[in-house]
Amino acid sequence: MTDLTKMKIAEARDALRAGDVTSVELTEACLSAIESADALGAFAHKTPEIARERAAAADARIKAGDAPDLCGIPLGIKDLFCTKGVPSQAASAILEGFKPEYESTVSQKLQDAGTVMLGKLNMDEFAMGSSNETSTYGNAVNPWRRGNDDAALTPGGSSGGSASAVAADLCLGATGTDTGGSIRQPAAFVGITGIKPTYGRCSRWGIVAFASSLDQAGPMTKDVRDAAIMLEAMCGHDPKDSTSADLPVPNFEAMLTGDVKGKTIGIPREYRMDGMPDEIEALWAEGRKMLEDAGAVMKDISLPHTKYALPAYYVIAPAEASSNLARYDGVRYGHRAKLAQGDGITEMYEKTRAEGFGAEVQRRVMVGTYVLSAGFYDAYYNRARKVRTLIKKDFEDVFAQGVDAILTPATPSAAFELGKEMTDPVEMYLNDVFTVTVNLAGLPGIAIPAGLDKSGLPLGLQLIGRPWEEGDLLNTACALEQAAGFVAKPTKWW
Amino acid sequence: MSIDTETAARVAKLARIRVEDDALPALAQEFSNILGFIEQLNEVDVEGVEPMVSVTPMRLKRRQDGVTDGNMQEKILSNAPDAREGFFAVPKVVE
Repeated sequence: MTDLTKMKIAEARDALRAGDVTSVELTEACLSAIESADALGAFAHKTPEIARERAAAADARIKAGDAPDLCGIPLGIKDLFCTKGVPSQAASAILEGFKPEYESTVSQKLQDAGTVMLGKLNMDEFAMGSSNETSTYGNAVNPWRRGNDDAALTPGGSSGGSASAVAADLCLGATGTDTGGSIRQPAAFVGITGIKPTYGRCSRWGIVAFASSLDQAGPMTKDVRDAAIMLEAMCGHDPKDSTSADLPVPNFEAMLTGDVKGKTIGIPREYRMDGMPDEIEALWAEGRKMLEDAGAVMKDISLPHTKYALPAYYVIAPAEASSNLARYDGVRYGHRAKLAQGDGITEMYEKTRAEGFGAEVQRRVMVGTYVLSAGFYDAYYNRARKVRTLIKKDFEDVFAQGVDAILTPATPSAAFELGKEMTDPVEMYLNDVFTVTVNLAGLPGIAIPAGLDKSGLPLGLQLIGRPWEEGDLLNTACALEQAAGFVAKPTKWW
Repeated sequence: MSIDTETAARVAKLARIRVEDDALPALAQEFSNILGFIEQLNEVDVEGVEPMVSVTPMRLKRRQDGVTDGNMQEKILSNAPDAREGFFAVPKVVE
């Protein structure tokens, strides 16, 4: 039974249709894998009853014929997605006890496609973090370890639970969200595939908002084909999110030919960072060679404002967060502080938010408040938005020169030890140095595993695509995946 | 730019987050570090550059200004820490 959980979505889809396996069997296998994996801290809320019910319904639907591709596939859902009647607290104490009366559009689409929700996945609080250490649930842990060293490593963040669960074969795929790299960095840290689509591809409705102009949902899966299948089901216009694009969603899987002959791949010189480990540099060079061997043309490009992406992000994202998180006031949902005699409404707000928000969330809300405050708005917030315009223009310029996709490392290092990098917030922010530009420019980006470092940890490469051309991007990623031939799995210790 | 404890206290107040006095110096130091990092943006020539409003240039969809749902008072109140007689309840606001 345990091998069932190792299946990829495409394999399971075909096996379900051939009658070789049932969704109930797949689901039970995942549920028992989850039961024995508490040490990973991946699942924050388990929903076995919902899973069993949906699995049985999926089996009936498959039997009746004409079921969607994802019908019967067991998935994990990041805690940031509101799921009806199921705790959805963005890994924050301030949403303790919150059970939405509604379902997010993306999780609804996945439900309509017949998928089976196994539970809610751990993450950084309000998706603010790069190591899953800001969660009220405690850390999610990376299933990978450095050789025989039993030090616990981070699965990355903010979608750390999603990454850990997929890499450890607790589910066949998971949803993630990505505001500055929160799908791609954890995917790279655990050796799986994660794609953030173009801003506007997925509806944000019902996903707890962090920074609305940057947030996008996307799939985290065991390979590129699975990402294509799952992304297609998650995309599409939604009248409830006015920024969701009213564009046709292509059959992404059908675009996976693996043929990249004649494609132009940009290699941005600004992504060569001082102090970048040799292994990352070498992996990047190998990636270039692989795509070249597959018939693509490498082109040196310049994205001159790259250096300013992180500082711009750390103005814009906290500014939007401070506005979005103003709603947590102890009135309508979640936690309310116990009040002392004589406390009024201001004390209620202040105590509730001090108790309910963790340190990193408080820090970002206050930085956002500061950069938006009278006298600083122009100096910080407007300047950051102007720099954002320039960052986007950098990409537009290289795409106008005929570049089809851009190849970069996914992260500046392999997964690091839990508890080691929490001391300096700015140091932690550097994790997103290669991914954050993509959010600022609204582009699609994908991380795929491409090799192992000397201690046996996975390393990822990132491909950045043209807006709305996820199909082409996935196809380039497919070619790179075939050439890299990454098949390593973590050794089970949990 | 260096942030003093008075500014840190003012920002905490604006953000409606209670910060105890003894935590203010450390908070001010963190703000100073983060703002120091952000200040790199001053190196960029932004003369004549439009601040970004929307990352994907598209006209927002419009719809008829009509009521599309409602009558869900119970659902809306179901997660409230304190709801009474069909309302959210809060400490006394007006003396």
